[in-house]
Amino acid sequence: MVGGELAITPGRGGIFGQSSDAIWRNPRMFLFLLLLPPVLWLGVVYIGSLLALLVQSFFSIDEFTGLVKREFTLKTYRELLHPANLDIIVRTVSTATVVTLSAAVVAFPIAYYAARYARGRWKAVFYLGIMLPLWSSYLVKIYAWKLILAKEGILSWIFAKLHLTWLLDSVLAIPIIGGNSLSVSYLGTCIVFLYVWLPFMILPLQASLERVPVTLLEASSDLGAKPGKTFRHVILPLAMPGLIAGSIFTFSLTLGDYIIPQIIGSSRLFIGQAVYAHQGTAGNIPLAAAFTVVPIVVMGLYLWMAKKQGAFDAL
Amino acid sequence: MTDAVLLSKVHRHYGSVKAVDGIDLAINEGEFFALLGPSGSGKTTCLRLIAGFDSPTSGHIEIFGEPVDGVPPYRRNVNTVFQDYALFPHLSVLDNVAYGMMVRGTGKSERLAAAEKALELIRLPGYGTRRPAELSGGQRQRVALARAIVNKPKVLLLDEPLGALDLRLREQMQEELKTLQKTLGITFVFVTHDQSEALSMADRIAIFNEGKIIQIGRPQDIYRLPNTRFVADFVGSSNVIPVEFAGLLTKHHWASLRPEAIRIVETGGRPARVVSLNYLGNSTRIALDVKGTRLHALVSSYQSLPDEGDDISVDWDPEDVRVMEGE
Repeated sequence: MVGGELAITPGRGGIFGQSSDAIWRNPRMFLFLLLLPPVLWLGVVYIGSLLALLVQSFFSIDEFTGLVKREFTLKTYRELLHPANLDIIVRTVSTATVVTLSAAVVAFPIAYYAARYARGRWKAVFYLGIMLPLWSSYLVKIYAWKLILAKEGILSWIFAKLHLTWLLDSVLAIPIIGGNSLSVSYLGTCIVFLYVWLPFMILPLQASLERVPVTLLEASSDLGAKPGKTFRHVILPLAMPGLIAGSIFTFSLTLGDYIIPQIIGSSRLFIGQAVYAHQGTAGNIPLAAAFTVVPIVVMGLYLWMAKKQGAFDAL
Repeated sequence: MTDAVLLSKVHRHYGSVKAVDGIDLAINEGEFFALLGPSGSGKTTCLRLIAGFDSPTSGHIEIFGEPVDGVPPYRRNVNTVFQDYALFPHLSVLDNVAYGMMVRGTGKSERLAAAEKALELIRLPGYGTRRPAELSGGQRQRVALARAIVNKPKVLLLDEPLGALDLRLREQMQEELKTLQKTLGITFVFVTHDQSEALSMADRIAIFNEGKIIQIGRPQDIYRLPNTRFVADFVGSSNVIPVEFAGLLTKHHWASLRPEAIRIVETGGRPARVVSLNYLGNSTRIALDVKGTRLHALVSSYQSLPDEGDDISVDWDPEDVRVMEGE
């Protein structure tokens, strides 16, 4: 028995023993020490560099010398609103919206199954199934999708075998989202975005659904709500924080991506590609910075609207 | 008269576990009926079968004469007060109470007025704008009750509704529930594992054990005339003694004697030695050794009590000894 004879065990001494006693006596000090490294990282390295970038967007580029003029101006933002640039923004934001909505629709049943029904081994299968695609290289997956979606690719082969080529052709004939083949259409871009970001929608959604007790669903049914009403008035509002968290991922990741639209889709630019082009070869850092402001503003507006709609009431 | 709830030969098996194992039960209209039993005895499963959250493996259930086999909960005119209250955390108290009317399509002003009235009935007027998380346990319990009764169900099911409350609040709610049931005239089916709660509130009680009903009857009948050793032990405490000891000659029977039926007497009676005393406030529980048999007596604390090790005399009326079937 340790210290069986004594009411208080003697101090362990040494620097570690003394500092653990000191930390115990000063819980605030402990919290300070705990948070110092992440706050330095987030505050200085992460937010700091983001702010530095934003400041760049209020500078402009001298058209003759190609050098950045370090004076406050809104010229770069005027440039951002040129039809060609506005086109890029509209294209990116609408793709992100479509990807987010379809991710929510596809993710919901999976997350609901995992939260409500999967137990033990099936839960492990679920997590493995969701995470496994994240273990392989992003580029490999996208090039694999190019092969799947290509004109002579796996998907068109399957459609041909099922005598459904007419169906694929009629889908591809739809203006705007269609194209010569899936791999060069917006539809293809959305499919690949959906595939790549789906885990980021499923996981928060599953976490929020898991916190909905079954008795709430029973209570709703008990009070006369048919399953559709229970979904609308109980499940959906309570899943909303998870849905919003997931949509932040899918929406912002789509807004910022520059590789998928480059490999799959029409060759028209997305915001990420525009940023890449302007900060690289064109050397127009202010315009690149202005482009990066767009996703931040869009996400800010989105969250503000979500809050107004009461999406966080269940938090 | 049709029964409010009728269960005939109802079984509910989960794999090899027989949660409900052949139950016949008829609950009268307007009755306050308690399902009493230890945990895992099938009483809650029984309630869930009536509510429609679960379906019987075999057997038949009727509510006011109408068979409910395959009828989903949302089509049964039965409401439940859940053990954990199951209030919707994202809705205000008023919206919680109005939920049943809302999903059935009652107009907004009408349902909110009805909900406000229900809050007055349970003595929480003006609490409508709060969230369930801002209420105390007892208040949540009342809101859950209001949410159920505002729909004027034919039968109200209560699943251990007072289990999470402290003693004083529980006693207060017991009285209120009883009054409410009388005012509304709704059939109440009440699940509890607390025998004193069942005895004090119910018009009739069904005692559950291992998926079966052991005894059905009025509280005083259950208490005075338990039909098995299990009921005698479970409802109140009881001295279960061999009948030879009680002076009866039938073999293979047991007799039960309530602790409060044992009196300390000055003269006559049976010699007993006091083994230990347990002070319970208004009463004192005395463990006695009567000719080698351990008996417990419950006596008022407002009398001179013996000390441990004292030799005293005890007695009881022969009619307080209840002889039971079984080993």
